[in-house]
Amino acid sequence: MNLHEYQSKGRFARFGIPVILGKVATSPQEAYEIARELGGTVVVKSQVLTGGRGKAGGVKLARTTEEAEQVANQILGMSIKGLPVRKVLIDPAANIGTEIYLGVTNDRAAGKPVMMASSEGGVEIEQVAHDKPEAIIREHIDPFLGLRDYQARNLASGINLPREHWRAFTKIAHGLYQTYLNTDAVLAEINPLVITREGQLIALDGKISIDDNALFRQPELAEMRDIEAEPKEVVHARAAGLSYVKLDGQIGCMVNGAGLAMTTMDMIKLYGGDEVGPANFLDIGGGAQADKVAVALRIILSDPGVRSVLFNIFGGITRCDEVARGILQALGEVSTNVPMVIRLNGTNAAEGRAIIDSANIPNLTSAETLTEAAQKAVDAAKQAMRAN
Amino acid sequence: MAILADKNTRLIVQGITGREGSFHTQQMIEYGAGIVVGGVTPGKGGTEHLGVPVFDTVREAVKETGADASIIFVPAPYGADAILEAVASELPLIVCITEGIPVLDMMRVYNTMKGGPSRLIGPNCPGLITPGEAKVGIIPGYITKPGGIGMVSRSGTLTYEVIWALSELDMGQSTAVGIGGDPINGTNFIDCLRMFQDDEHTEKIVLMGEIGGDEEERAAAFIKEYVTKPVAAYIAGRTAPPGRRMGHAGAIISGGAGTAQGKIDALEEAGVKVAKIPTQIPKLLS
Repeated sequence: MNLHEYQSKGRFARFGIPVILGKVATSPQEAYEIARELGGTVVVKSQVLTGGRGKAGGVKLARTTEEAEQVANQILGMSIKGLPVRKVLIDPAANIGTEIYLGVTNDRAAGKPVMMASSEGGVEIEQVAHDKPEAIIREHIDPFLGLRDYQARNLASGINLPREHWRAFTKIAHGLYQTYLNTDAVLAEINPLVITREGQLIALDGKISIDDNALFRQPELAEMRDIEAEPKEVVHARAAGLSYVKLDGQIGCMVNGAGLAMTTMDMIKLYGGDEVGPANFLDIGGGAQADKVAVALRIILSDPGVRSVLFNIFGGITRCDEVARGILQALGEVSTNVPMVIRLNGTNAAEGRAIIDSANIPNLTSAETLTEAAQKAVDAAKQAMRAN
Repeated sequence: MAILADKNTRLIVQGITGREGSFHTQQMIEYGAGIVVGGVTPGKGGTEHLGVPVFDTVREAVKETGADASIIFVPAPYGADAILEAVASELPLIVCITEGIPVLDMMRVYNTMKGGPSRLIGPNCPGLITPGEAKVGIIPGYITKPGGIGMVSRSGTLTYEVIWALSELDMGQSTAVGIGGDPINGTNFIDCLRMFQDDEHTEKIVLMGEIGGDEEERAAAFIKEYVTKPVAAYIAGRTAPPGRRMGHAGAIISGGAGTAQGKIDALEEAGVKVAKIPTQIPKLLS
């Protein structure tokens, strides 16, 4: 789960990191009021959960309150990478001298947190890693010892930070590590961390991604999830305990298991070529009870781009006959004439197929192998597209 | 002998009286009678469940039963503690099925275990099975067949799919291990590849990877250097978009790293035959 910029900076402030943080507006009028309260030049920043806001025109300077209102009006109406802007952050403008990067994340290979600093601030760290990898300085943190002062100095010295800023930098590095620990973050980054012309280090922008698996013990953060900023089907899927990711293709998939779900997507693409592809990733998990199947089917069919549906179930502990009954029950609750292909394999697969076949649903066919199922779903989608 | 577990394994189940724990304990007992020697549920010590004694603590269970392995089915908030409890008793093999343990917890567990006598499989994994001998996990027994193919995978049902395809063609398995779909796990591909290479019963190896991280790339480098047995592989997630988590916490392409193509290239460069679809695996091995 990602936090908005204003939420991230609010967390940073709690852990002693100096931040530039104004207030959030949801209307041009509100933006006007906040700008007046702050006085002077402000920056109007779109609050959407994606990078590249500046490039998309979602961050603008406003010198007067009227201009703040006008710019807010403009930004609140826009959409950035498909995400509608519903909130803007009005920050006082900073007198920026230098921009640096400071972040902490999990290093999977090392099994430890790693803090990264770079003199190339204001640019996405992935871009720096790609273009100028030597500009990124890394320090692995022992989870039992925490970040040590010398490590912060290694980072400061590594990015050639002038010595007069080391004390302030070390304090910010500690604050960032504390933020990371206390929010169960998988990524906490300040980008850019600016050195103002007055010689102060201050967090201008930032991002925190929370470990979804830790939300059970982070109720306050879980509350901060911006449901309005998410597509409805994502919210529904989460509530039902389904793992769902919307994609751009035409074939809706329902699969048990994440690896098999990815494989099913890959096979659809393999047989569908440039013409048709997967419409989603959806893992219904083990068990596959009827009500869960019904929610999943509703979510898949709510995508207007879906031209066919593929069920791919490998019964291990789950029994295919139970899944077949679940699917029939779900089809009783969700009526559709989208062509559907079902492939059952593993435990009680023959019984499951018999149940599907005897139900005689005209738009539901079964397949024996994954290859056959993917091909049938691709053909059905192509046919439906030609018929339109 | 296969790897990790065989008919002599003495297993305790942490969380034996829970819904999942009960169900899978029953399955494990049915597959290989005698394997489960006890269970642990705090507060239920002194009782019996599914014909085996239940203890309050792992320490007690190990002392009374002589167990040398544990399997964990406790809910995610208690997962790290359950692993550490098994580690404290120095059990050689610990298999954690639990899904959803926070990554910060796993980092502490991982660094505590480093250099110690215990091996952890998982978390968020289906466990392992040595066909005909021992089932320590949730991989359905009846789809497997004893034989000479060692399998290691980050997935669950995808692995079953390939085991099924192999068994249908009478290509049996020495041991199949699911190492789990989390970013930090106790045992990685390299650990398993080394064990399979050194195991006299394993003739060929199957590696099932997926997007995210660089474990497959590191496995490829290891294969090039150390593994002489034939290896076939499959990587799931060729069509997965960057920046989105594909179900497993570890399955995410971030910052241009962890793509399927990068992994496929690395494996092919190491002489591994990489399947386009999982059901090609048997053909690539024959």
